Amino acid sequence: MGHNVRVVTTTQADIDGEIAAGQSDGPHENQPRLDYPPYRSSILRHPTKALHPVDPEGVELWSPCFGHADVAEAEADLTIQHSGEPQGSRIVVAGRVLDGAGRPVAHQLVEIWQANAAGRYAHLRDQHPAPLDPNFSGQGRALTDADGYYRFQTIQPGPYPWRNHLNAWRPAHIHFSLFGTDFTQRLITQMYFPGDPLFGLDPIFQSVTDPKAREMLIAKYDHDLTTPEVSLGYRWDIVLTGSHRTPLDPEENS
Amino acid sequence: MSAAPGQTVGPFFHLGLPYDKGDELVPPGRPDAVRLHGRVFDGDGVPVPDALIEIWQPGPDGKILQEPGSLRRDGWTFTGFGRAAVDPTGHYSFTTLVPGPTEPGKPAFFAVAVFARGLLDRLFTRAYLPDPATGDALLDSVDEDRRGTLITAADDSGYVFDIHLQGPHETVFLSFPKHRGIWA
Repeated sequence: MGHNVRVVTTTQADIDGEIAAGQSDGPHENQPRLDYPPYRSSILRHPTKALHPVDPEGVELWSPCFGHADVAEAEADLTIQHSGEPQGSRIVVAGRVLDGAGRPVAHQLVEIWQANAAGRYAHLRDQHPAPLDPNFSGQGRALTDADGYYRFQTIQPGPYPWRNHLNAWRPAHIHFSLFGTDFTQRLITQMYFPGDPLFGLDPIFQSVTDPKAREMLIAKYDHDLTTPEVSLGYRWDIVLTGSHRTPLDPEENS
Repeated sequence: MSAAPGQTVGPFFHLGLPYDKGDELVPPGRPDAVRLHGRVFDGDGVPVPDALIEIWQPGPDGKILQEPGSLRRDGWTFTGFGRAAVDPTGHYSFTTLVPGPTEPGKPAFFAVAVFARGLLDRLFTRAYLPDPATGDALLDSVDEDRRGTLITAADDSGYVFDIHLQGPHETVFLSFPKHRGIWA
């Protein structure tokens, strides 16, 4: 633990003040601010120079391709990876991956990872003294179908403490990694659950300073996805940035 | 439609993202295998021990591949995609093939995506092969003192490409047209 020892004196009230000061008040900002000091680890890890505008070329106009050789169907069920049943409430998380024009992203890879029901990751660096669950690893993969739909069966993750400031807690979330049809659409983000009381306190969630954009990260409870006597259902549709290829590209037909 | 915001990969991405042979686009013993490697640094020049790098590249003939099999490598199929977490010293390494130009006369590059704890959204850049041909739209538009951050250096095993998230050697990171103004 030696390398992790540091004295943290920043309080939640300090962070609340920094978050309030950084709220978006101008034109809409749909992406997180890379320079967001309330998230302390970002201070030395954000570019200080403006991103350089460029038109995508070559491979950037295409995405890597994944198929059933890459992902087994069982990988979308995080509750069957071990001999026993995981602890916690089973949930279904399902939705649709769309590009910026609203077109479904078909047959593409979706990867997730998450904490267990007690808010503990099955990861050596997670020192949170909550129990590990021998029946839950917290990693899943799926391919979207022809209409862009994905579906995972998993466990409701717990919120957990971290060391950004004193008494810092992350709202419950599932990490999502997505590909589109262009490499430029690559997205890694986090899905949150509706009504979490920690939203206002969390500098990672609040690094998206526009409330409308933050809403895009919150799943909706969906009773149609709820399975009788098994699991609650959450719907989360994910919109990627637009494709730079037009449907008229002759390569699309090859 | 507006795109969903990105969020950091956090400290526990090793649970979900790296996979066996993610860094071996071809097996290391292959005669035409080359290495693309380097280190990731923060604004103090300190190595970042919890970053993840993805590369996406054409084959040596410049062909853009649409082959599945990146996650379960069969040892024979070149898919063009690789993923590697850095080690505790911030070093990443891929075994791959030399990318070719996707159009005649264009300099060849690896497309690179960078993720890290503390980095709130992914960053894109390009790693060009050494001595790129002139007339490239990106390289020509970057100030000369920063252009080198986009170009690999040759070494005995292949190519070196260090990534500086911040600081005097900050890498040129890219934004593409569809990333901008999408709330309009």
